[in-house]
Amino acid sequence: MQSGTAAVSMRDIVKAFGPVVANDKVDLDIFSGEILALLGENGSGKTTLMNILSGIYYPDAGHVSVNGREVSIRSPKDVYDLGIGMVHQHFKLVDVLTAAENIILGMPGEGNLDMKAVGRKILDICALYGFSVDPGQKVYDMSVSQKQTVEIVKVLYRGAKILILDEPTAVLTPQETEKLFRVLRNMKNDGKAIVLITHKLHEVEEISDRVAVLRRGKNAGELVTKNTDAAEMTNMMVGRAVTLNIARPEPKDPKPRIVVDRLTLRDEEGIIKLNEVSFTAYSGEVLGIAGISGCGQKELLETIAGLHPLKSGSVTYIKPETGEKIDMAGLDPREIFSLGVMLSFVPEDRLGMGLVGNMDLTNNMMLRSFRRGKSVFTDRKTPRNLARSVVDELSVNTPGLTTPVRRLSGGNVQKVLVGREISSSPTVLMTAYAVRGLDINSSYTIYDLINQQKEKGVAVIFVGEDLDVLLELCDRILVLCGGRVSGIVAGRGADKNEVGLMMTKHGKETTHESDA
Amino acid sequence: MNPTHREPWIRIARRDSIAAWHGWLIRLAGLLLALLVSAVVIYLIVRLNPIKVYSAMFEGNFGTNRRMWVTFRDIAMLLCIGIGLAPAFKMRFWNIGAEGQVLVGGIATAAVMIYCGKFMPTWALLIASLLASLVAGAVWGGIPAAFKARYGTNETLFTLMMNYVAIQLTSYFVAVWENPFGSNTVGIINQRTQTGWFPPLLGQKYMLNVLLVLVLTVAMFVYLRYSKHGYEIAVVGESNKTARYIGISVKRVLIRTMMLSGAVCGLAGFIAVAGASHTISTSTAGGSGFTAIIVAWLAKFNTFVMVLVAGLLVFLEKGAIQIASQYNLNDYASQMITGIILFFILGSEFFTRYRVIFRGRKGGR
Repeated sequence: MQSGTAAVSMRDIVKAFGPVVANDKVDLDIFSGEILALLGENGSGKTTLMNILSGIYYPDAGHVSVNGREVSIRSPKDVYDLGIGMVHQHFKLVDVLTAAENIILGMPGEGNLDMKAVGRKILDICALYGFSVDPGQKVYDMSVSQKQTVEIVKVLYRGAKILILDEPTAVLTPQETEKLFRVLRNMKNDGKAIVLITHKLHEVEEISDRVAVLRRGKNAGELVTKNTDAAEMTNMMVGRAVTLNIARPEPKDPKPRIVVDRLTLRDEEGIIKLNEVSFTAYSGEVLGIAGISGCGQKELLETIAGLHPLKSGSVTYIKPETGEKIDMAGLDPREIFSLGVMLSFVPEDRLGMGLVGNMDLTNNMMLRSFRRGKSVFTDRKTPRNLARSVVDELSVNTPGLTTPVRRLSGGNVQKVLVGREISSSPTVLMTAYAVRGLDINSSYTIYDLINQQKEKGVAVIFVGEDLDVLLELCDRILVLCGGRVSGIVAGRGADKNEVGLMMTKHGKETTHESDA
Repeated sequence: MNPTHREPWIRIARRDSIAAWHGWLIRLAGLLLALLVSAVVIYLIVRLNPIKVYSAMFEGNFGTNRRMWVTFRDIAMLLCIGIGLAPAFKMRFWNIGAEGQVLVGGIATAAVMIYCGKFMPTWALLIASLLASLVAGAVWGGIPAAFKARYGTNETLFTLMMNYVAIQLTSYFVAVWENPFGSNTVGIINQRTQTGWFPPLLGQKYMLNVLLVLVLTVAMFVYLRYSKHGYEIAVVGESNKTARYIGISVKRVLIRTMMLSGAVCGLAGFIAVAGASHTISTSTAGGSGFTAIIVAWLAKFNTFVMVLVAGLLVFLEKGAIQIASQYNLNDYASQMITGIILFFILGSEFFTRYRVIFRGRKGGR
């Protein structure tokens, strides 16, 4: 496909975890001066492959060559020596250290440490590729995008010529993504080899030169980006033709279901997380919540679910049958449930909050129902049946009902969680980053489930990070910035750039609900 | 700048899961290897016939009817404390304070036996001291839990320090109840009347000890595995966030479970005083509160497996004492043997969780 020696060439890579073969004779070439997009559904083996390249796993079989020379990568340290750098999705920075300190952390050296020289070298790198980093800034003062920049500079500082970026845009606004892409192009022109792992196909089309697709642990094919389109890439990933439109039925008979009024929340240190947030969620509609990560989305849902003690403001639930108003402020999840509020919540942290990773499917189904009945013993039959029906209806791929859920892939974990949450026939469904890390197929399953709930008259609150999805799926979009509502826009016909700008600008005053 | 080109000679990989028979096969191999290695050590160092040494260990445990029941009594004691620790550890609450909880249970039992022994019949004394020891243990276990729930104190340090408080408390009561005067011990309580002592059952002095603990073994197994409380404990142990998400009050479960854990350890103190030594001293718990931590963890909180682990530990201890006295060995030689056996048995746990891959071998199991 390309002339010259590959910067990295992986041949016949095999890696198995127990009975699961994550990589089955996978080949991959990475060339200098090129951006390669690595595509694949969850569980297709792309993370495993990149973990092998970054020294986290050792392959069971196969060969890795760097610049035409066969190497054995035994640890992340070998990786640095080979000029390979990986930027993980979850940043690995020390909060209390400065950018410069984080960048040189763990590097060998002798004698006095000359932080000024370090700072100069960092600024040189920044000037070369168009980053902006303040070497003396502490990490805890940084935005997500700044932290990411530090991660990238860190690997460049160590002389990386081959960069692997795992879903770098998942946490960025459209504007920040643009900035990142400009930098990536500069690096490419400088002769770096870049591997980009992402699920967002429009980004693949925009930035990459070549696409390598994995499917079920095997090579599914390679494409040159300018000769292909999103549909072809998707079909190659999934192995069959898929349509790429998210349905958005018109809301039927919307009625107020949850009224949030001037909600203010401080965390344990007294920092304001939510500032006078007001909105109404209606039955039969999907209310999207957009914002840069950490702007209060998580806290908003958790407060409604009763996980934070409320200082000021109110949350009122309106019963669909009677119209009776229930004040939910200050109640814990158990009290909310006992008042007959059918609230379901799919939290962001699936295995740490919504499910228990070490427990099996049946036990996880029991989380919501174990209190039922007067007996001191738990009823295991009902949850087991529920687990079975969730597995059947949502086609969860699992070895069995007694498998710990942490062993399942991301998409299947989410199906288990969503399946449990909607099984209780909720009247309100809140989801936080419901499709994060999910492949196309699983994502569409989740969108379909959300739309089914919407058509049943459930008030859905959907916190999302991908603006394209929010704009396609939601009836209205509430934009949060720094814990404040910076505006509520109608989903149909909303402008992506406008919403993107609202994500970074603070609303001057509390925006009160005006339209429905 | 030059990573080696060869595959590492030896690699260690985590097992994803292991079949039960495979795990037990590894443990059995560990036991056989332990016996083999210590046989070589016995022969090389003390020039004794290993077979004879092993049979002496067996003799020391089960040689006579009396010895056998003492062994059973000691296993029951260790097992009882292990059962008490199980719910705390399952909740990931590091209860290092079993020693103290046993002692306060023992103090409560001794107090009932001393103060009520003159006017209450044995059956009433047993019930009263049972209840007193449960309450004392529950309070002793509940205090660190309440502080953790309220102020977020570190339970490891807190429970550990409570041990020393309990030991000082015991010293105080030994002084108060000193008998005869000047002996600095409590002496055998109610020695003449034997009121408040465990009565012999089916002709066996320690039958009641064993039966009580066996009932507890089953009850705790059922509690942890099938009850709603047990489920809450498991959820809190795995993730406080999940517990809050589904509306479990973490604080309540914390305090309730630690009171239960302390109460069962207090019950062990009751068994030790009313069912075995009939006296109280600072060495009534005798380190069992710490040994039981090993019992609980090795058995992964499965109380039936704890029977095996407690049995093994008591067997080794008694066996070591026996060979030391029978062959005039010093303590170190016999302790070496128990050390080797423990080393291999604990070591085999490593191989049930990890596999070792040598260079050139396929990555299969």
